[in-house]
Amino acid sequence: MLSYVVAMLTLAAIYATMALGLNVMWGMAGMVNFGVAGFFAIGAYAAALGETRLGLPIAGGMLAGAALTAAVAGLACLGLRRLRDDYFAIVTLGIAEVVRTVADNEIWLTHGSDGVSNIPQPLRGLFAAHYDLFYLALCVVLTAASYAVAEAARAAPFGRVLRALRDDPQVAAVAGKNVVWFQVRAFALGGAMIGLAGAMYGQFTQYITPDIFVPLLTIYIFLAVTLGGKGSNTGTLLGTVIVVLVLESTRFAAGILPGIGAVQIAAGRGMLIGVCFLAILQLRPGGMLAEPVLRVRRAAPPQASRSGGGDQASAASDT
Amino acid sequence: MPASLTELLQLVLNGFMAGSVLALPAIGLTTIFAIRRYLNFSIAGHMSIGAYAGYVANVSLGWSSSAALVVAFLVAGVFGIVTDRLALRPVLRFGLTLVAVASIALNLVLENLVRFCFGNDIRSYDIAVARDWSLGPLRIGPQSFAALLIAAAIMLVLFLFLALTPLGKAMRAVGDNPVLADIKGIDPERIGSIATFTAMGLCGVGGMLLGLATSLDPELGFHVLLSVFAAAVVGGLGSIPGAVVGAMFIGVFEELSLLAVQPSYRSVMGFVAILLMLLLRPQGILGSGRS
Repeated sequence: MLSYVVAMLTLAAIYATMALGLNVMWGMAGMVNFGVAGFFAIGAYAAALGETRLGLPIAGGMLAGAALTAAVAGLACLGLRRLRDDYFAIVTLGIAEVVRTVADNEIWLTHGSDGVSNIPQPLRGLFAAHYDLFYLALCVVLTAASYAVAEAARAAPFGRVLRALRDDPQVAAVAGKNVVWFQVRAFALGGAMIGLAGAMYGQFTQYITPDIFVPLLTIYIFLAVTLGGKGSNTGTLLGTVIVVLVLESTRFAAGILPGIGAVQIAAGRGMLIGVCFLAILQLRPGGMLAEPVLRVRRAAPPQASRSGGGDQASAASDT
Repeated sequence: MPASLTELLQLVLNGFMAGSVLALPAIGLTTIFAIRRYLNFSIAGHMSIGAYAGYVANVSLGWSSSAALVVAFLVAGVFGIVTDRLALRPVLRFGLTLVAVASIALNLVLENLVRFCFGNDIRSYDIAVARDWSLGPLRIGPQSFAALLIAAAIMLVLFLFLALTPLGKAMRAVGDNPVLADIKGIDPERIGSIATFTAMGLCGVGGMLLGLATSLDPELGFHVLLSVFAAAVVGGLGSIPGAVVGAMFIGVFEELSLLAVQPSYRSVMGFVAILLMLLLRPQGILGSGRS
């Protein structure tokens, strides 16, 4: 039981690092990335293959995972910068599918659906007795470091500029800010965190296959950020812990509900997650720790209806 | 590897048959975008809902496949209206991006509803398995050809409806300029509901046609989601004729890609097409360029 709790907390730390990355991209900079799972996969594969095939040291592998993911994210952002939000969403979803397809088919590189196994774990020999506890501690430290970086970015002038261009890119541009450069840096920073999370995940399970990096994972991370509070790093951590708790506790539902197969349990869990997500989006889209600015905006409906999307809702309700 | 003319013709023919099936959900996606201005990722789930509703009618109740297609349309359409009202509309006031996120969550619910009821097993409809027809050196699968005819007939009816009936004209008016349509006394709420029903119904039919041509599983819609989005983007988001042209283009493009890449990469060709189109002509083939 204890080892289960430790494993669960380790997973929560990994997901939290990933969620912090999404929060930097989406919550802080306002760029929706539906390809989180794909960036996670890039980090996981870069680290795992760097270590197992190129013989990189473990720290080097993790660095490579984070750096490559940051580079891909930054380049993607640079290439797609002129697209409208909705196209950006479609293309990022596509990127994740491309990554998964490549991982599945370029067998010479990734071993295809067999996956990469025997991924080395850091300091394995030193902490042989209670390795899972040590690894949890390491993950918590890495998550805390990511949190510190994200918080520092949020508090810095960098974060203020991101918020400004998230809320109105034109005003930010008029104010003399190089919008593209800020967006690319935010996307690369978020990508580095998601890539680091991927490298951690590979070490944790010591085995990765393309099947792990499904869109469902992206939904979990979006749920964690939304639940905690888009734009708030503390909220993102809180949201991730709750999402992992709910995901893991529903595993035990199989014991309580006899006569229901494993597929139905999994399907029921998927429905539960989806319904909870929809409820949060409707009732408290700012999440548990919403940015103060969101509360102000919601208290003043005329302003909300001016922000593009509201037009139609208000037009519909007027009739 | 030089491709013979026959091989090329065969691929183009296959592409048109695949494209015609993609066209229906692409019309659904683009219609919702035209009327409501948001991207609805739950079209994948609605395709699966329609496909399995048709499965119940066809296999469990023993109805003909054409009757089952009507069931697929109606059930997916009703699901579309109900979920739009319960799940997506309430999020609209918080912005269009959040609606897109909500539609992904909704898609998760719909897919898992299908999985809960029918499991993950691959199923197929109760139809006579016919051998491929030979047209000279070309081969045509009867199921795929029937899907093409059905899709073409549905599109014809849809275009006549939009072009000739008052309701169809009202729909186009709301799509073009909702404020002006509202001033002219068109109730956007009512039009929106009818459009949603039709759009999601078409996704359901598309799902069943896809299932007839291949097989059924709960993620049937998701497998082609990228292709459907590619069709709508290439044709110009918001344009119904564009969705049809885009679907044909994507169908043929995906088939012709087999000359250059492994078949397993066919599924990401839609992504390549989206990228090319966004870089070269972001408003799409038939798009108006309005953003």
